[in-house]
Amino acid sequence: MKPLVSLRGVEKRFGSNPPVLRALDLDVHPGEILTLLGPSGCGKSTTLRLLAGLAAPSGGAIHWADPALQKGLGYVFQDPTLLPWRDVFSNVHLPLQLAGLSREAAAPRVEEALALVGLLNFRQSLPRELSGGMKMRCAIARALVTRPALLLMDEPFAALDEVTRFKLNDELLALKSTLGMTIVFVTHSVAESVFLSHRIVVLAADGGEIVEEIQVNPRAPRDAEYRLGPTFSDLSRHASKALLRAMGEKA
Amino acid sequence: MRVAIEKMREALVAATPPLLAFAAFLALWEWAVWQWGIPAYQLPAPSVIARKLVDDRALLFSSLLVTLSITVQAFLIATVCGVLLALAMAQSKWLARIVAPYAIILQVTPIVAIAPLLLIYLAPQQAVLVCAFLVAFFPILSNTALGLASVDHALLDLFDLYRASAWRRLIYLRAPAALPQFLAGLRIAGGLALIGAIVAELAAGAAGQGSGLAFRIVEAGFRLDIPRMFAALALLSFSGVAIYGALSLLSYLTLRRWHESARGRGF
Repeated sequence: MKPLVSLRGVEKRFGSNPPVLRALDLDVHPGEILTLLGPSGCGKSTTLRLLAGLAAPSGGAIHWADPALQKGLGYVFQDPTLLPWRDVFSNVHLPLQLAGLSREAAAPRVEEALALVGLLNFRQSLPRELSGGMKMRCAIARALVTRPALLLMDEPFAALDEVTRFKLNDELLALKSTLGMTIVFVTHSVAESVFLSHRIVVLAADGGEIVEEIQVNPRAPRDAEYRLGPTFSDLSRHASKALLRAMGEKA
Repeated sequence: MRVAIEKMREALVAATPPLLAFAAFLALWEWAVWQWGIPAYQLPAPSVIARKLVDDRALLFSSLLVTLSITVQAFLIATVCGVLLALAMAQSKWLARIVAPYAIILQVTPIVAIAPLLLIYLAPQQAVLVCAFLVAFFPILSNTALGLASVDHALLDLFDLYRASAWRRLIYLRAPAALPQFLAGLRIAGGLALIGAIVAELAAGAAGQGSGLAFRIVEAGFRLDIPRMFAALALLSFSGVAIYGALSLLSYLTLRRWHESARGRGF
């Protein structure tokens, strides 16, 4: 299948510092959940920013199967990045508002997105009135309201407690099966990457080279049993070893 | 409704100790003046000042109106100019670089030293207006510029992602994000506008011109009418407090829903 987007020899450097990314080759296939796993500073967030067009590569090329894909993608940041003076509805309305859609015209789509993340009853709440998990759900609804074919997520659950993170992992998979979008997910959590992904790409600490690519059976049911089963622990061990190698230590 | 009543009760409880302290201070003052028989031309008792306020009300309040009207005009002009310049500076780094040093020079130059000079070139009323404008302008400019410039980077990324135009970025992101700093600037500028007006009136008053409240203070001083000096001073003080209170209320009402500064702090 033709990839949605391909990175070829992509390099990114900031000023005269050593490059964050040195010749990264990566394909994102339609419908998959691809996780970029790696230690801090390995360039995984930078890769997402390059895909989103928030930064330009210093070298190499990014090929899109359809250039409209990049314009319509969804992005979930590390922090919820909600506008504190807007209520939940208005925050989710924002991307459509910036595209020129009035509140009334956008209402059905905003409400649909809010229903997807279970925040319909909180549409008039302000961000400060929401828990950390609810804020992140609101950010996800905002990313989904434009109905993106590709969703980029930059360690969205890293700041949440484990119970909430598990819950949001489950919810994300449910959203994925409802909406079918492709997801590129950045994390430094081995467990999260194994639970969510169809494919895990482990990036090296220095220069973001691909240390290993781990395939996960996309049809395996992802439920509480999966988290406790032998497949999950085998894959976790495998990914942990790759992560150690990525950090330059002997596995 | 119940919450509002509860809040008012809390505010009353909070205001009681300072009000009691002020009443005690006035009582002590009154007592000391009578006890030692201090003449009114040295230190008038509070009751004498209060009587003076009532007796001279026509003169004092018409003068207060002159001072306040200039203060408000200067404050409004400073707000419009400060915000417009801050917006222009947020759009153009070059303009910001050119303007910033002059804004700072203007701010650090003592207004007392500028006032006599302004009086040479302008009519007294205009000089007072310009003087009040000059001191009120800088805090609004610097606070608004700071607010516009210190928007969360992730939020700017978000607007980049959705390819927001400069105009939409301004009205949906930068302007609301700058509101708390802008309102803090307004609170400072309100008090400063009054000070600027008074300083210019004093300078003009020394030259025998003007009709504002500061001029009444100077005039009463010449006549050794000390109670009237105190009465005029009390009116100015009260006006300053009222301006600060009104602007604090505006800030509270605008920000109370979402900004930490308006939540749980009373100063």
